Amino acid sequence: CVPRRIMTASAESYSVEDELEMATVRHRPEALELLEAQSKFTKKELQILYRGFKNECPSGVVNEETFKEIYSQFFPQGDSTTYAHFLFNAFDTDHNGAVSFEDFIKGLSILLRGTVQEKLNWAFNLYDINKDGYITKEEMLDIMKAIYDMMGKCTYPVLKEDAPRQHVETFFQKMDKNKDGVVTIDEFIESCQKDENIMRSMQLFENVI
Amino acid sequence: MAAGLATWLPFARAAAVGWLPLAQQPLPPAPGVKASRGDEVLVVNVSGRRFETWKNTLDRYPDTLLGSSEKEFFYDADSGEYFFDRDPDMFRHVLNFYRTGRLHCPRQECIQAFDEELAFYGLVPELVGDCCLEEYRDRKKENAERLAEDEEAEQTGDGPALPAGSSLRQRLWRAFENPHTSTAALVFYYVTGFFIAVSVIANVVETIPCRGSARRSSREQPCGERFPQAFFCMDTACVLIFTGEYLLRLFAAPSRCRFLRSVMSLIDVVAILPYYIGLLVPKNDDVSGAFVTLRVFRVFRIFKFSRHSQGLRILGYTLKSCASELGFLLFSLTMAIIIFATVMFYAEKGTNKTNFTSIPAAFWYTIVTMTTLGYGDMVPSTIAGKIFGSICSLSGVLVIALPVPVIVSNFSRIYHQNQRADKRRAQQKVRLARIRLAKSGTTNAFLQYKQNGGLEDSGSGEEQALCVRNRSAFEQQHHHLLHCLEKTTCHEFTDELTFSEALGAVSLGGRTSRSTSVSSQPTGPGSLLSSCCPRRAKRRAIRLANSTASVSRGSMQELDMLAGLHRSPAPQSRSSLNAKPHDSLDRNCDSRDFVAAIISIPTPPANTPDESQLSSPGGGGRASSTLRNSSLGTPCLFPETVKISSL
Repeated sequence: CVPRRIMTASAESYSVEDELEMATVRHRPEALELLEAQSKFTKKELQILYRGFKNECPSGVVNEETFKEIYSQFFPQGDSTTYAHFLFNAFDTDHNGAVSFEDFIKGLSILLRGTVQEKLNWAFNLYDINKDGYITKEEMLDIMKAIYDMMGKCTYPVLKEDAPRQHVETFFQKMDKNKDGVVTIDEFIESCQKDENIMRSMQLFENVI
Repeated sequence: MAAGLATWLPFARAAAVGWLPLAQQPLPPAPGVKASRGDEVLVVNVSGRRFETWKNTLDRYPDTLLGSSEKEFFYDADSGEYFFDRDPDMFRHVLNFYRTGRLHCPRQECIQAFDEELAFYGLVPELVGDCCLEEYRDRKKENAERLAEDEEAEQTGDGPALPAGSSLRQRLWRAFENPHTSTAALVFYYVTGFFIAVSVIANVVETIPCRGSARRSSREQPCGERFPQAFFCMDTACVLIFTGEYLLRLFAAPSRCRFLRSVMSLIDVVAILPYYIGLLVPKNDDVSGAFVTLRVFRVFRIFKFSRHSQGLRILGYTLKSCASELGFLLFSLTMAIIIFATVMFYAEKGTNKTNFTSIPAAFWYTIVTMTTLGYGDMVPSTIAGKIFGSICSLSGVLVIALPVPVIVSNFSRIYHQNQRADKRRAQQKVRLARIRLAKSGTTNAFLQYKQNGGLEDSGSGEEQALCVRNRSAFEQQHHHLLHCLEKTTCHEFTDELTFSEALGAVSLGGRTSRSTSVSSQPTGPGSLLSSCCPRRAKRRAIRLANSTASVSRGSMQELDMLAGLHRSPAPQSRSSLNAKPHDSLDRNCDSRDFVAAIISIPTPPANTPDESQLSSPGGGGRASSTLRNSSLGTPCLFPETVKISSL
């Protein structure tokens, strides 16, 4: 489904008109019924979600800056920009630099109403920064650092320098079955399904809407 | 963004799924889910205009009226809407705040009204959005300043009632500062003005050459040298007056240090000092040169006129407030002068018999040219000199023309402010008088009602009906309330006339000590007797709360005496002052109150004669609702229905 755009920005030629168009990009989501069919939300829920979304972003899309801003308001003590960046990439499935309402709904649908498989898939996608199907230690370290950054300085017990690294080691020990230094999607899903804690906590955010 | 935060919360919580596989400890369970997230449309009826909004919109800000359960107080179950009896135009802005998260300030509405609406709906004024914040603050500050000016004018203004106990100093100071208050001050004001003028004119005339009739010498002398004695006498007289004035002001000033430092006093000193220095300095040739220079300072006497002229003061104040602009003007001028002088000097260097002998000499040319005076005493002759000269005159116009409008606008602003202040002061008196009239209107109605015998319980129905017919329901309740108050405090409301009369009577006898007055004159001038009790009674009411004084030694004694007086004989009532209601009031007072009164007595303040004296004049200031003492029977332990008006 191609989102209809009233005015689009052409990436190649950059002129004054383009600049004007870029500023006034508008995006209208697909019809309500279509979205309802694609996601697991009811009409009413979609309505509520869209009203809030449209209120915050009248232009219909969320760009990365706004994303980071929103997240920083939720986690004021620490620096959540890196994690927000990764999240943004995870939500922006078509990689066009903006999260439209459809992307938003798609993501939420998976996270809140999806099956465990889908959720784990999504999480894997989040961790796999370059989307090559493998989670390397470096990628994981980046993610971990981003998460720990959100905690900020004032924590108890005091945050040590190598805490993220240690956490990554633990993670890899658990997940990397063949010890080849990377975690594939199957290894990931398998290991998670074996862990009771993770399975239980998957249900945590079901009732968010 | 606070509004938006609620919208994004589900997203943030959902995104936490990304942490799940990484968690080393079990995550806590989610909080209970709310009943239903179904959204409904609320109708808010503000003075007839209906606004409809989602409940969620209002829930965004739970610490405001509309976002919290406080709005339930305004819910009208019959119509199913929330009704507010407020301004619908203002409400629009309030509701928009919920919708957009930004509070905008309406441009055509009064800031005060807007603030009140915000306060009602529980919104903090700091929520005003950035776009409107500056204007909002400016307007608010303007308002506050204006109100502060009003208040200040009220307080410091020439209020006619100077406290009677003010000393000579205070009266003198007031006379100096506000010459319009008394005739003597006005006379003094004009006399000093006249002498300033005389002094200045004498200084001027001194230098005019007079044609001598006696001596046919070709040399003309200035008048000052022809009539030295006359001028000296005039000078002396003026200086004496100025000195006297200065010393008087110094004596009367509330803060001498501040007075000494003030500009006006400095001008005064500078005006009179040369004369004294001239007296002290012996007339030898060495110093006479300096002495002559001193005479120049006599011209400063003209600045003394600024006490007499408001315009002059404004001008001075403007210059002071535009100090930065003037400084800029000066600085830029200096720069330009130096530059052009240098250029002209080097341009004209080659010419012989040139006036431009040095750069400082060229300064004069530059200044004269830049200010477009063009005397023509120094003129460039070379072509280069002429070119640069023309550039100099053109730029001069620009440099001077730039800061001048700023100074002008400053002056205009201050001048108009002053005009406004003067106008307001004049109108203020009228306003206050009108307000006082309105306030006293209600009390007068009550007094009128009482005088017509409205309080007569036992009056015949018809009589009562005649005089109390025209009272509205509100008035009835109000009068009843006032009546209850009278009963409670055992005092009565009276009018100013009666009060001031009684005040005079009380102050006569008030100086004697309490016990003597009580014991020696049980039936004597009831005025004294009742003056004590009511004052105590009133103070009882006031000071019961902060009972600092210990029970005075005499109080117990007095209590007994007073108790004894309970059965004392006939009252001496100043019946001329009082209308019928005495007896009725007497009857109305219960004996129950007697006991209560005694119990409440234990905190009699240490009543000194001074206190009692002070309290009465203090009450004189109040225009309305003065209390009349009724030493009515029981609550005050005095059965006599003696009433005088006092505090």
